[in-house]
Amino acid sequence: MADLEGHFDRTIARDQRIEPRDWMPDGYRATMVRQIAQHAHSEIIGMQPEGEWITRAPSLRRKAILLAKVQDEAGHGLYLYSAAETLGADRAELTDKLIEGRQKYSSIFNYPTLGYADVGVIGWLVDGAAICNQVPLCRSSYGPYARAMIRICKEESFHQRQGYELLLTMMKGTADQRAMVQDAVDRWWWPSLMMFGPPDDASPNTARSMAWKIKRHTNDELRQRFVDMTVPQAAVLGVTLPDPELRWNPERGHHDFGAIDWSELQRVISGDGPCNAERLARRRAAHEDGAWVREAAAAHARKAAARAAREPQEVAG
Amino acid sequence: MSPERATEHPAAAAAAEPGNAYEALNEGDDPRWAYGTGFADPLAGVDTRVPSGVDAADLAGYCLMLGDDALVMSHRLQEWCTRAPELEEEVALANIALDLLGQARLLLSRAGAAEGAGRDEDALAYLRDPGGFRNVRLVEAENGDFGHAMARLLVFAAWRLALLDRLAGSRDPVLAAVAAKGVKEVAYHRDYAAGWVVRLGDGTAYSRERMAAGLAAVWPLVPELFARHEVEARLAAAGVAADPAGLRAEFDQVLDQVLTAATLARPPERPGPVRAAGRAGEHTPALATLLAELQSVARAHPGAAW
Repeated sequence: MADLEGHFDRTIARDQRIEPRDWMPDGYRATMVRQIAQHAHSEIIGMQPEGEWITRAPSLRRKAILLAKVQDEAGHGLYLYSAAETLGADRAELTDKLIEGRQKYSSIFNYPTLGYADVGVIGWLVDGAAICNQVPLCRSSYGPYARAMIRICKEESFHQRQGYELLLTMMKGTADQRAMVQDAVDRWWWPSLMMFGPPDDASPNTARSMAWKIKRHTNDELRQRFVDMTVPQAAVLGVTLPDPELRWNPERGHHDFGAIDWSELQRVISGDGPCNAERLARRRAAHEDGAWVREAAAAHARKAAARAAREPQEVAG
Repeated sequence: MSPERATEHPAAAAAAEPGNAYEALNEGDDPRWAYGTGFADPLAGVDTRVPSGVDAADLAGYCLMLGDDALVMSHRLQEWCTRAPELEEEVALANIALDLLGQARLLLSRAGAAEGAGRDEDALAYLRDPGGFRNVRLVEAENGDFGHAMARLLVFAAWRLALLDRLAGSRDPVLAAVAAKGVKEVAYHRDYAAGWVVRLGDGTAYSRERMAAGLAAVWPLVPELFARHEVEARLAAAGVAADPAGLRAEFDQVLDQVLTAATLARPPERPGPVRAAGRAGEHTPALATLLAELQSVARAHPGAAW
């Protein structure tokens, strides 16, 4: 036992990967399952706010881009659930935990999308914040998660650029469109900053997660990085970020920004955001409405296997 | 997955945007990471002039028919997004919807070019009223359950594959190129739907009931697929279009094979002549509702740039 633990500790210390069949502490396993499952849930719930706009996309090119993006999110969910399964979790159980409200997903998806500019702003700010959070996870100590994150980050960066490109196009359009973009930025800016989680002094699990190299930077470090990279992008776009205290601080070499309303984050996390009930209800309905389909597929597979066993030379459909 | 994937992405050009702080992620930037949003231009090197002896208005009308079929069917599949029974089905249905949207874009663009009135794919998709749409009624019917979706997709894909297969030899080089690309995609759509029809038909007692109900709901719309509109008749005679009446034998053969494996009976068909109603712009109220949604944002912002 001491030897197994020693091996685990040395692997972490050498910055090498923990793989599915390696011994790991129960706490590490549980933390990884929870983190990967919440990430998978976020991808799946995250399909909803933008998915609303696929059928209404204002050009066929935008429709194709958005449909492909939402499809990517389903794909991300799939391989994240697979990564969780390498730790002994079961996708069906994780889905049950999600729809019963026993496991969380990113609070950002509990805000509504009120217009097509929201699609662009989600790409720019929400995917941008997600990238800041997720790029360090490509070096996560758990191998399957780290490898999944490399592919996910590449796709997210693509989505981020597509969102930004939509906003650039809209800002060159009508006055009406520019107002739509600014309105969406006003609504999504603060929730995007909250995506990095509570401030470091209120984030109890950060120290252990950093020691295990599950997490590489603190919430506040990542939030600062996001603000610093977003400010010049907002200037190019010609929008105002809704924070009168936002300004460059030459001494720190970073932007200062105003205080975040943490009570709002707490409210949304605890289930009282604008769309929490609606998001879970949609996911639950899809799961329940699809139960007979999944049961049929399993029943058919059993029949086909039984037929194949009776007549081994015949391949059953 | 479709054998052919996007190889060129429209937003790839945005990579060089000023202020982009994510350069670190651009490791070669394989465009397959965002599926289906661009084309390996299937019309590269294709002669896009209207072939001699072909009526341009007929050609435009025919491209609208096939383009509208794809556009409206894609819309019905898009409506499944976040509602599919399993994540694998989310991915597959979106994939099929993307393929059909890609076909629609090429065909509507061809229709606009042949028409010569300056209408592009978006003008045709967003600024026509229901009476201007030329799709078959099969694709506009409202969604039902997953059994209904698979019944419709099987019928649609089996019919369209037979059609595109013949169209690959069209005298119009553009239609031939679009069809050659589409054959590979729709072959996958047909296999996907057939797999589910068999699983649901030969699954549980309940799924068998749902699958049979889905087929029964879709079947009254089948005969129209093989009715010949005058534009199709003229263009088929000119070697440009596929004669819809000539597709029935292949369709029946495929459906019989799938339904046998699914242990389901083919629903009865009402005898007698059937008009190409959708092709003539005669639609059910379902299309008006669908278009009201599809066109809502585009029409709310005249003069906007997207």
